[in-house]
Amino acid sequence: MNRPDDIVREMLEGMALAFPDIIRLDSQWNNVYRRYRKPGNRVALVCGGGSGHEPAQAGYVGYGMLDAVAAGHVFTAPPAPQVLAAINEVANDVGVFVIITNYTGDVMNFGIAIKMASAKGVKLDYIIVNDDVSISDISKRRGTTITILINKIAGAAAEEGWSLEEVKRVAQKVLDNGRDIGVALTPCILPTTGKPTFELAYDEIEFGIGVHGEAGVKRMKYIQSRELAKIMVDAIADDLKLQKGDEVALVVQGTGGTPYMEKFVFYRDVRMYVESLGLKVFTSWIGEFFTSLDMQGARVAILRLDDELKRLLVAPAYTIAIRTPGIVVS
Amino acid sequence: MDKLNSKDIYDIILLINQYIAENKEKLSQLDAVIGDGDFGTNIGRGFETAVKRLSTVDPSKTDIGTILMIVANALLESVGGASGPLFGGLFINMAMSSLGRSEIDLPEIVKMFTDGFRGVQEVGGGTMPGEKTLVDALYPAVEALKQAANEGKDLLTAFREALLAAEKGVKSTINMVAKRGRASYLGERSIGYQDPGATAIYLIIKAFYDHISHR
Repeated sequence: MNRPDDIVREMLEGMALAFPDIIRLDSQWNNVYRRYRKPGNRVALVCGGGSGHEPAQAGYVGYGMLDAVAAGHVFTAPPAPQVLAAINEVANDVGVFVIITNYTGDVMNFGIAIKMASAKGVKLDYIIVNDDVSISDISKRRGTTITILINKIAGAAAEEGWSLEEVKRVAQKVLDNGRDIGVALTPCILPTTGKPTFELAYDEIEFGIGVHGEAGVKRMKYIQSRELAKIMVDAIADDLKLQKGDEVALVVQGTGGTPYMEKFVFYRDVRMYVESLGLKVFTSWIGEFFTSLDMQGARVAILRLDDELKRLLVAPAYTIAIRTPGIVVS
Repeated sequence: MDKLNSKDIYDIILLINQYIAENKEKLSQLDAVIGDGDFGTNIGRGFETAVKRLSTVDPSKTDIGTILMIVANALLESVGGASGPLFGGLFINMAMSSLGRSEIDLPEIVKMFTDGFRGVQEVGGGTMPGEKTLVDALYPAVEALKQAANEGKDLLTAFREALLAAEKGVKSTINMVAKRGRASYLGERSIGYQDPGATAIYLIIKAFYDHISHR
């Protein structure tokens, strides 16, 4: 990299240079907008958060997903005035839907921006995503991978011209039926300090890791992929009370520094265990969707589907990170 | 005179920026063990932005509230995370409390800090001492100022007592379990580490004290 303080801006400039047909960069703030505005009679979707989670969230701006993203510094929620600028940029008569991940800083800054926009008469609604099952206190659960599935499904609904109320309803349905859990095999290194975010012995796993490189909820000895897949899927299946015969979408991802070879091994183990529980896998996403810089680790997310969610999940999208629907495995 | 004027506040902000910059690494280090390790960088950027904006301001022609509002806006716009609104909330309320004033005495300073503390509480959802946050340094410091004012003590003594109270508050965070923010995910594992936000409040109070004792 060049200057650590410039890393977010220069990353976004790179994205805008590489994908000029999809996004444009607001150079006053680090805000990313669609290159071509959506028609004004469609609900606009705004998301954002700290950087270091690429392709989240700027990678999801484009047709069928988001309209605006406010990108904060590394692992730091964007300031309220920046979020407000993003909301104002895409505000229209039918409404703005704001997707917020449940972290103290994000909730504060997005909350202030929403209040300020509402006071100026902008029609909007929001959802706070808390899909991380590793924390028992539901109000403290963090926003992770389900955020991306909300971007996708609510984005498809908005693209079809659904009302603000309906977009919110379907987003809430995704949150109610989706959960995520993550583990770290290594910490990640902050570009601003050059230091790891926590210490972890070579034979240890941090279980229930958040997406900001913050330590998880417990530490355990290293176990093999097959056993890890079982523990992680069980945590989600118990929380969602998944039943034999339920149809699900599976998201299996690395945390930024995991080789694809291991991701596919882990996906195989997750998939086999999920099917052994009698669940039917409708579609899978394998890759990197909501990462933590260079951390080695994995996240699993499961979304219980019905016909409405299935259709919207595979509806067309054209963004940097999601260009086509997931591969349908039936 | 036992008062603070616009020039004092201006110089105190410069001193806060200096102290935060000198302790940037330490603040990030404290944040690394219980948060995500960027607090020093973020809060440092905030005060740096504030000082940059203040460089075109003439304190002899500007009221205290306006100076503090420039600081508040710089923090709100450039810090981000939870620290931006929390420290921004502190300075916004301090600014509102001193708008139009070119000098303030101890009772007015007490009111300014009390209002600032309320700003932090509003943003933080009623954060109270004992939750391992900036409030653990801010609350005792404000209480110490209040008590010194009630007892008719002078400005320097009041800030000496506030500084001691803030220092004690910072130390007390070491044995606390974090109840707020990212550190709270660690539960019991957050014990044994000093809170970076409280440490920054200590540096802010220290800048007030050092400026008053050296003028």
